Amino acid sequence: MSTWDWQVFCKDTIDGEIVPRCFGGAGDITYLDWLLSAWGWTLSVSLLALLVALAFGSLMGILRTTPHRGLVLLGNAWTELFRNIPLLVQIFLWYHVVPALIPPLRGVPSFILVVLGLGLFTSARVSEQVKAGIQSLPRGQRMAGLALGFTLPQTYRHVILPMAFRIVIPPLTSEAMNIVKNSAVAFAVSISELTLFALQAQEETARGIEIYLAVTGLYFISAFAINRAFHFVEQRVRVPGMIGGGH
Amino acid sequence: MRRNAVLQGLTFAASLCIALPALSQDSGTLKKIKDSASATMGVRESSGGLSFTIGDGKFAGFHVELCQRILADVQKQLGLAKLDIKYQPVTSQNRIPLTQNGTVDIECGSTTNNAARQKDVAFAVTTYVEEVRIAVKASSGITSIAQLNGKNVATTTGTTSVQLLRKHERAAGVDFKEVFGKDHADSFLLLESGRADAFVMDGQILAGNIAKSKNPADFRIVGEVLAVEPIAIMLRKDDPAFKKAADDSLKALIKSGEMAKIYDKWFMQPIPPANKPIGLPASEATKAAWASPNDKPAEDYAKK
Repeated sequence: MSTWDWQVFCKDTIDGEIVPRCFGGAGDITYLDWLLSAWGWTLSVSLLALLVALAFGSLMGILRTTPHRGLVLLGNAWTELFRNIPLLVQIFLWYHVVPALIPPLRGVPSFILVVLGLGLFTSARVSEQVKAGIQSLPRGQRMAGLALGFTLPQTYRHVILPMAFRIVIPPLTSEAMNIVKNSAVAFAVSISELTLFALQAQEETARGIEIYLAVTGLYFISAFAINRAFHFVEQRVRVPGMIGGGH
Repeated sequence: MRRNAVLQGLTFAASLCIALPALSQDSGTLKKIKDSASATMGVRESSGGLSFTIGDGKFAGFHVELCQRILADVQKQLGLAKLDIKYQPVTSQNRIPLTQNGTVDIECGSTTNNAARQKDVAFAVTTYVEEVRIAVKASSGITSIAQLNGKNVATTTGTTSVQLLRKHERAAGVDFKEVFGKDHADSFLLLESGRADAFVMDGQILAGNIAKSKNPADFRIVGEVLAVEPIAIMLRKDDPAFKKAADDSLKALIKSGEMAKIYDKWFMQPIPPANKPIGLPASEATKAAWASPNDKPAEDYAKK
């Protein structure tokens, strides 16, 4: 147990022989190839789910702050529905239950289902933050916009949202990083991502510590890269002197 | 000063890592059992008829009963008036480390005896030989692996069957799509719901899942045996006295015919929780292992 064996990543996944230069070719796959492809799946699931989460989350967050009771109700119902069911249960609902109820969905690849599942789960959290960001603005801002003759959508577009989004970038950063980590649930519906790789490769190679260390490192790098990207955006869009954007 | 403290901490941590395995080697499992008047059995929550939970922290199964017999013999051998048996649930991921570090004294689950594992642990004589098979829906008409071309094949993440499928896929030139269930029940659900056309797994797990399903007649185990794997009770490495005790009591059970009776009890008679039998008679390979008790790894079976 005490000696490292990093050569394990150079092994072929079929015969267990160490491949020179660590990358397979011509149909041979090494554990390193597999690890990188698994990382690709983790990133694809996370980034697409993040897009879904930001789109639906922002929309629902905005609806919850409008003066129309119906829209507020819709936004609230959406948020509570996706926020109060455990993530893994939601993934199973998308994978096993929904296709059983709606037969055309049977043909949809599990990748799409897990992106939707993870994205909608996170959209509830994004919605809550966007709502909080909007409500943190003084009421006068909205009134001023309307008094200037803007319609309600224009007030949101030009007055409220530019400030609200700047305020919620820090909590959204956490949410985006959480998506990378939550994407591990995708293994439960047969996406060949990092967690599935870790479970399977450590069983095949009996080098669990090396495998888990590598996977942990990749999760860290992915989440931290997202952190830096959001930080960059935060810096770029900062408006000195504006609420939450200054200092 | 600060640097010293860090160094000390590191040395302490390092010495712990070195000391723990050394400790277990020096004393031996028999001495440990004698001194503490207790033994810890590693068990599985759900490994078919071999080892499973019946709720309330109680465990049962073919290998669990064999281990109880072994420990009863050990108790007699050590002359202990009372032996306290503790049950520690283990998983595929942690069973080897827990056996090595002494948390578990004897692992009674469904561990395949192979050459890679023999570097870390020891195995008692093989008590069960598993055959990896294909389960399909009876209505599908599939009877062999060659017919799986272009089909979805389910198997469970973290099992040797995944690697096996990969090997077969290349060797036979069959091209199928693998679907991974997160556990056996999940993989069976994939087959049941039609997401997968076949489920490739250990024969007794397939038989057990089919027996527990709503309509057992809808499913069939078909095709060639994809692999043969010896399953054995796992022990700590380099502890010949304990291994001998375990082997001797297993050999005695085989000789007296008890082994076949215990097998029958767990694989042919109704078992909890559903009170349905698995219905898997002892295979020729299992009978051969009983006829000449050995602890050969899976690699030796593949050569035949």
